[in-house]
Amino acid sequence: MLKKTFPGGVHPACCKDLSKDSQVRPLALPSQVIIPLVQHIGAPCMAIVKPGDYVKTGTLIAQSEKFISAPIHSSVSGTVKAIKKSSHPVLGYCEAVIIDSDQRDEKEYSQNASQINFESLTSEAIREKVKSAGIVGMGGAAFPTHVKLSPPKDKIIDTFILNGAECEPYLTCDDRLMQEKPQEIIKGMLLLMKVIGIKSGIIAIENNKPAAIKAMRSGIANLRHETCSLQLVTLPTKYPQGGEKQLIEALTGREVPPLKLPFDVGCLVDNVQTAYAIYEAVYLNKPLFERVVTVTGDAINKPSNLLVRIGAPVSSLINECGGVKGKLGKLIIGGPMMGIAQYADDIPIIKGVSGVLLLSKKYSDFGKEQYCIRCGKCKQSCPVKLIPTEIAKAAEYGRFEIATMLNAADCIECGCCSYVCPSNIPLVQLIKYAKRAITCQI
Amino acid sequence: MSDMIQVTSSPHIYSGKSVKGIMWAVILALIPTGLWGIWAFGPKALYLIAASVITCVLTEAAILKLRKKPVPINDASACLTGLLLAYNVSPDLPIWAICIGAFFAIAVAKQAFGGLGRNIFNPALAGRAFLMASWPTYMVTFKNPRWQVDALTSATPLTNIKHDFGFPIPSYLDLLIGNRGGCIGEVCIAALLVGAVYLLYKKYIEFRIPLSYMGTVALLSWAFMGDRLFNGDWLFYILSGGLILGAFYMATDYVTSPITKNGKVIFGILCGVLTFAIRKWGGYPEGVCYSILIMNAAVPLIERHTRPKRFGGK
Repeated sequence: MLKKTFPGGVHPACCKDLSKDSQVRPLALPSQVIIPLVQHIGAPCMAIVKPGDYVKTGTLIAQSEKFISAPIHSSVSGTVKAIKKSSHPVLGYCEAVIIDSDQRDEKEYSQNASQINFESLTSEAIREKVKSAGIVGMGGAAFPTHVKLSPPKDKIIDTFILNGAECEPYLTCDDRLMQEKPQEIIKGMLLLMKVIGIKSGIIAIENNKPAAIKAMRSGIANLRHETCSLQLVTLPTKYPQGGEKQLIEALTGREVPPLKLPFDVGCLVDNVQTAYAIYEAVYLNKPLFERVVTVTGDAINKPSNLLVRIGAPVSSLINECGGVKGKLGKLIIGGPMMGIAQYADDIPIIKGVSGVLLLSKKYSDFGKEQYCIRCGKCKQSCPVKLIPTEIAKAAEYGRFEIATMLNAADCIECGCCSYVCPSNIPLVQLIKYAKRAITCQI
Repeated sequence: MSDMIQVTSSPHIYSGKSVKGIMWAVILALIPTGLWGIWAFGPKALYLIAASVITCVLTEAAILKLRKKPVPINDASACLTGLLLAYNVSPDLPIWAICIGAFFAIAVAKQAFGGLGRNIFNPALAGRAFLMASWPTYMVTFKNPRWQVDALTSATPLTNIKHDFGFPIPSYLDLLIGNRGGCIGEVCIAALLVGAVYLLYKKYIEFRIPLSYMGTVALLSWAFMGDRLFNGDWLFYILSGGLILGAFYMATDYVTSPITKNGKVIFGILCGVLTFAIRKWGGYPEGVCYSILIMNAAVPLIERHTRPKRFGGK
């Protein structure tokens, strides 16, 4: 059988060995958490607590009436100290609820695992649970999951894909979670499939995670699921296989048309941590206030996978992992291909953060940019069939109408083009610039 | 966190490939055939190669200096142009002639268009065409390898066939190892193929252009080059002349060939058609150089009509 994958892509060194054997351990409760009011794509939340209020772990602290939004819960028990502008890993700055922890970790919710009967759950009940637990896509995009679970009536969705590809180099949080909580993830996956009424589910894992593949395989075997067919597919390791559109193409051969969504080709894709969060929300009544984060890189003493409360400052994660090793060159939230470099370590962990990457100074060395020699490597690596060098050139000269014509909007910003370019041209950076300029109508 | 940390847009890791590295790899791939050329045609071949490379590198440096651009150290691209130009001339060419050709290649075909990455025509081939137009007699006077009896002057196998000179036709084996008259770098097919396999394996070149180019020449030669239809000695037409050198090392030049997949195939096929047409009906026995140069000019047109289908589009 032909190996299932997508055309294009690159093969950066995985560097997952640094943290792949570190079992997930909880980070000590932070003394203070900074919980931004925007942690998802969509409408920002409004705080419903005020300074001085006492909150418990899991107390709803912010919400929005808009449909495309996800409520936010407290991740510790303690007193609200302030609601003010704080640093944010993606937006730079954002309004945030700052809570001083009383270290008692009193829970707002009660865990009632035994009372849940999978068969008697209705779609509406699950969807409502997902919404009220504030669950968003935890692979990075942080799109509210309940929105994904409410497709237009006329769309027929036949395939559910559990995204365990984890194609970003260095990151191992999904890998570890699949090894340690396979049953729970699959239960979450079955809940997701039940909401939409999908009968066929695919668990997609890249072949550089044999332990996770084994664990998930036995997880499938151990769970009784007569009504659904679950299948585990091993994909060859290639970046950006975990991109939603690339994963759908690799597994089903379907291409998601421009400006369309996965449900337009009959697919629903969710990350393993999202499935796990849904399991916890439905079976344990637990809102989303913690997640697994990989802290790794060549500039950290003890690369680890940590279970982190949302809002914990990155500095507390670095301390837990033995501090910075040598000279720090870059502090990145996310992976090395798409992650966001940070100015400082006081930023909080939010729902969409899968990794904290500390790179030494040697990664700050760039080759000098040269003129394009038209080698075509960027085109060959582009998973969405663009010719990056042409769009980048149009962007460089401010010719955004040409960039539009060359379908700059289709770019998924995976960074493969910049990664391969022998002339060191900041291709994806220029294309991102063109995309922003086009949307803002400069 | 007292240290300064760097903040840049993603990605934060790079493949480490460089233009220089690619150029050196091509030069490396071209060394075996050059060694054969020097061994077969004597030290004159070495002097020609050295003169060509040195002239190219110096011209490049001088012009970059004049243009107030940084002059790269051990710049492989000018070196490669020099090497390819020398490989494309007769081992009997006067040294001064190749120096002029090399100067033309860099100064006119490359730098006048804006330098590396901006040239429309392959500089080495432009230099060769310039020499061909200026001193045709020198360019078509060839030598046989020095161990052959009539080693002084000879015709290439293609000239021989074209003009019916009646020299014995070399065997396939002779053609393969390069036991024949011709340009310095084109004769040893085996060495060229070894280099080509290396470049293909390292993914520095793609198979589309060479394959469609050689395939077209083979097909047309088989169909029309024989004494009757579909009786041509296609293997002879592949192995003799400069087709292998041209198809693997010059038609694949990044700057002057199409980026798109289908564009590469069309480019190769049309190169093949032109090469065949020049060999069959043209005034010259060999048409690789002009075919590629003509097709270089058609690259923007080919690219415009072979854009990849939009992802998820119809």
